[in-house]
Amino acid sequence: MASLLSIVTFLPALAALILALFLRGGDAAGDRNAKVFALVATGATFVISLFILFQFDPADTGFQMVEQGRWIMGLNYKMGVDGISVLFVMLTTFMMPLTILASWDVKLRVKEYMIAFLLLETLMLGVFMALDMVLFYLFFEAGLIPMFLIIGIWGGKDRIYASFKFFLYTFLGSLLMLVAMVAMYADAGTTDIPTLLSHQFAFADFEVLGVHIVGGMQTLLWLAFFASFAVKMPMWPVHTWLPDAHVQAPTAGSVVLAAILLKMGGYGFLRFSLPMFPVGSEVMAPLVYWMSAIAIVYTSLVALVQEDMKKLIAYSSVAHMGFVTMGIFAANQQGIDGAIFQMVSHGFVSGALFLCVGVIYDRMHTRDIDAYGGLVNRMPAYALVFLLFTMANVGLPGTSGFVGEFLTLMGIFQVNTWVGLFATSGVILSAGYALWLYRRVVMGDLIKESLKTIQDMTPRERWIFAPLIVMTLWLGVYPAAALDIIGPSVEALVSNHETAVAAADLGGATVAQSNH
Amino acid sequence: MISADLNIILPEILLAVYAMLALVGAVYTGKDKLASPLVWATAAVMLIMALWIGTTGSGTRVGFFGMFNDDAFSRFAKVVILIAAACVLIMGEAFMKRHNLLRFEYPVLVVLSVIGMMVMVSAGDLMTLYMGLELQSLALYVVASLRRDSEMSTEAGLKYFVLGALSSGLLLYGASLVYGFAGTTLFSGIIAAAGTGQLSIGLLIGLVLMISGLAFKVSAVPFHMWTPDVYQGAPTPVTAFFATAPKMAAMGLFARLLHDAFGAAVSDWSQVVALIAVLSMFLGSIAAIGQRNIKRLMAYSSIAHMGYALIGLAAGTQAGVQAMLVYMAVYVTMNVGTFAFILSMQKDGQPVTEVDSLGMYAKREPGRALAVLVLLFSLAGVPPLLGFFAKLGVWQAAIASDMYWLVVASAVASAIGAYYYLRIVYLMYFGEDREDALDAGGSPVLWGFLAASAFVMVAGVVNLFGIEGAAAAAAATLVN
Repeated sequence: MASLLSIVTFLPALAALILALFLRGGDAAGDRNAKVFALVATGATFVISLFILFQFDPADTGFQMVEQGRWIMGLNYKMGVDGISVLFVMLTTFMMPLTILASWDVKLRVKEYMIAFLLLETLMLGVFMALDMVLFYLFFEAGLIPMFLIIGIWGGKDRIYASFKFFLYTFLGSLLMLVAMVAMYADAGTTDIPTLLSHQFAFADFEVLGVHIVGGMQTLLWLAFFASFAVKMPMWPVHTWLPDAHVQAPTAGSVVLAAILLKMGGYGFLRFSLPMFPVGSEVMAPLVYWMSAIAIVYTSLVALVQEDMKKLIAYSSVAHMGFVTMGIFAANQQGIDGAIFQMVSHGFVSGALFLCVGVIYDRMHTRDIDAYGGLVNRMPAYALVFLLFTMANVGLPGTSGFVGEFLTLMGIFQVNTWVGLFATSGVILSAGYALWLYRRVVMGDLIKESLKTIQDMTPRERWIFAPLIVMTLWLGVYPAAALDIIGPSVEALVSNHETAVAAADLGGATVAQSNH
Repeated sequence: MISADLNIILPEILLAVYAMLALVGAVYTGKDKLASPLVWATAAVMLIMALWIGTTGSGTRVGFFGMFNDDAFSRFAKVVILIAAACVLIMGEAFMKRHNLLRFEYPVLVVLSVIGMMVMVSAGDLMTLYMGLELQSLALYVVASLRRDSEMSTEAGLKYFVLGALSSGLLLYGASLVYGFAGTTLFSGIIAAAGTGQLSIGLLIGLVLMISGLAFKVSAVPFHMWTPDVYQGAPTPVTAFFATAPKMAAMGLFARLLHDAFGAAVSDWSQVVALIAVLSMFLGSIAAIGQRNIKRLMAYSSIAHMGYALIGLAAGTQAGVQAMLVYMAVYVTMNVGTFAFILSMQKDGQPVTEVDSLGMYAKREPGRALAVLVLLFSLAGVPPLLGFFAKLGVWQAAIASDMYWLVVASAVASAIGAYYYLRIVYLMYFGEDREDALDAGGSPVLWGFLAASAFVMVAGVVNLFGIEGAAAAAAATLVN
């Protein structure tokens, strides 16, 4: 199939169009049809996307299955995958049917809800496959619209505030990125990502308004991209939109947000910041290390005192993303392997944790930790599932969470021992908040009157968790399944990065390094 | 000789003849009873003209010893102006009739102002420029106060007239200085007299005064004060007209003057234009946040959009002009759709302009709400809609001219501006369901325009409907 990537990308959008034009919504039968249709569409997308995985050749570190065509304003339509992006594509197509399944109990404007999620899937897939800078930006940014609506229409009590905060925070960040992209276009004369990857941007120091800029142009471009990806990631201190958005979003919205949307930031770092601006990355890496270390420790501490389950998991997501950014900018094989692995694993684990919250929220309509306790007595299956994902979140060996954390820490220790030390303390803290959450919600005696009649998971809910459990354990026991795919591409990335940094031979970079 | 000259301005002559015939005919026969067919006939004539100019014109022809140009640039602008005017006439017809405003003078005045605009974008001489501008403006002053028994409307007309006269004065004074120092009113003469490098001080002052006069016409800061009041006071169909065709004409004239007459001194005016652009973007974005009347809100929105379009001019290159033309075409399309929606906003037959009345509109009218949503996100410049590509174009041009600060500033302004568009989306989709909410339904004509405009915003992503090529050709003839 010549245009496999385009088919996978636009199939959900096509389904959304059919849903919008031909299916009647509003009554019970219409809603049911919309749900089934969306499930079939996302399922079909997943099945077709498996062909991408089968056709993918890990040994080839270039872009594969490339499609190209001319487009407006001197731009190109170009899609392709490499070892870095292919797993994100798979993660997206894998999570979407589960997300739809998790939304089975949505009552409000079901048809529109399904349309929004289908469109979102197209846009997310596009981000991971786009090989033209502007095309990337287009998908990256357009995802804001459906997400804004998902939070705003189907969200919780303070959904308006959260949706606006989400939109404006990310919009401002991305506009700066767009400016940088236009500047890159002016410099390199192309928006083609593979070409840009081999283009060398100027890195001679210069002064702007009296401020000496080490790494010159590259550092400025790096910062502009950083503004966007750091917000999306999110990194401390621009993470504050995430807890609000998570708490207010519907369960499925939270799952998509945590499992896929957050990964766009990390993917962006790997696709743009690190390979295109090696000198800028080298200069700014210490800043990222410390921001990551602070994020890990600080947000873990914040997570400890949360009263709201979703907020707690949201803060734990920020902490886990701290490991990712740290690993990426450690810029060695272990660090980046670990970062990608951590992102994929976090996709399964945090998605599952939000689904766990969703299960009891659907029954009790509250997310207050205090409202629960002793659930194990009436919900043994739920307790088991929740336990597994809590452990994966903590990073217990044997679960996928362990591999990512271990590799990123190994990466950072080679570069900066102090940051590594701080970050490792986050592992202990995460055990603290996650286990304490589990104790307060699941363990103990069932004394609350309102919980006396709570029911265990339905078959539908069990089926949602089954694939997630399999993936978490499989990747935990046999991480090579993923690492073999990403390994060669990362190796190429790292060696290119090292060559570029060595060639630049920056006095400034060593100055920046010796600051700590 | 003369016949060749007349041939060049044939479209303008034909339109003028049509306007006079319509006026005389209507006065001696049915008067206002004929207004409705006259609107349709006028729209049809304009569309035919647009088709004629768009398909048959080719090459560059100069008439009346250089005073009047017929080139790809003027044709591009004329087609946009004619189509926009025709759309607005059709959209407004039912509204005007319902509110007893439909007089036979209305279409005639619109035609006259359109002729003025066509002359403006073809001007090759300061005299032609001024004649076109005044013909346009005088007709617009009158239509602004079309609702004779409304204080708001007459106030709008008067304000527009007084401030417009002031700006014409500035423009004329600037023109006289330019004439004094260049010794000619022909653009081709001025550019020769200006020579290369720095402008002489007299020409420079003249140029700045003329820019001020034109900034008034495009409603750019600091000459924007009339815009919100006139937009609010004028009957909505007239507001829709103000927001579309005259903006295109004024931007076209702006580009013509700067490139045809002062093209050799780009560095002298590009900073001035850039400053106006930045001020417009920020004022438009910030002041719109507090607006509760959708017509006032659209006024500030248009101020901000003129700022973005001016970025293209500030770049001072061919790419800049091309980007500006694409921007204006997209802007006009978005405004046609948005005003089609505003025209359909009513409660118990009375027009409503309060933004808050849109509460939960999406629940009653999902289709229309979706179309408006698309338009609003496009106005905010969110990809993948066409409004984003328009912005991207002007940014590309500005970066190519090394105006990074301008691009960064406009990025910040557009993030601020996103807020108020988003607020309308919020009201429609998650707002409160209110007692005084809008009536559902509405005329199919308006729905057609709304849907078509939204469709263009989405489908245009594929190939911009080919206007890119036309804009490139237009820019190439202007900047050489």
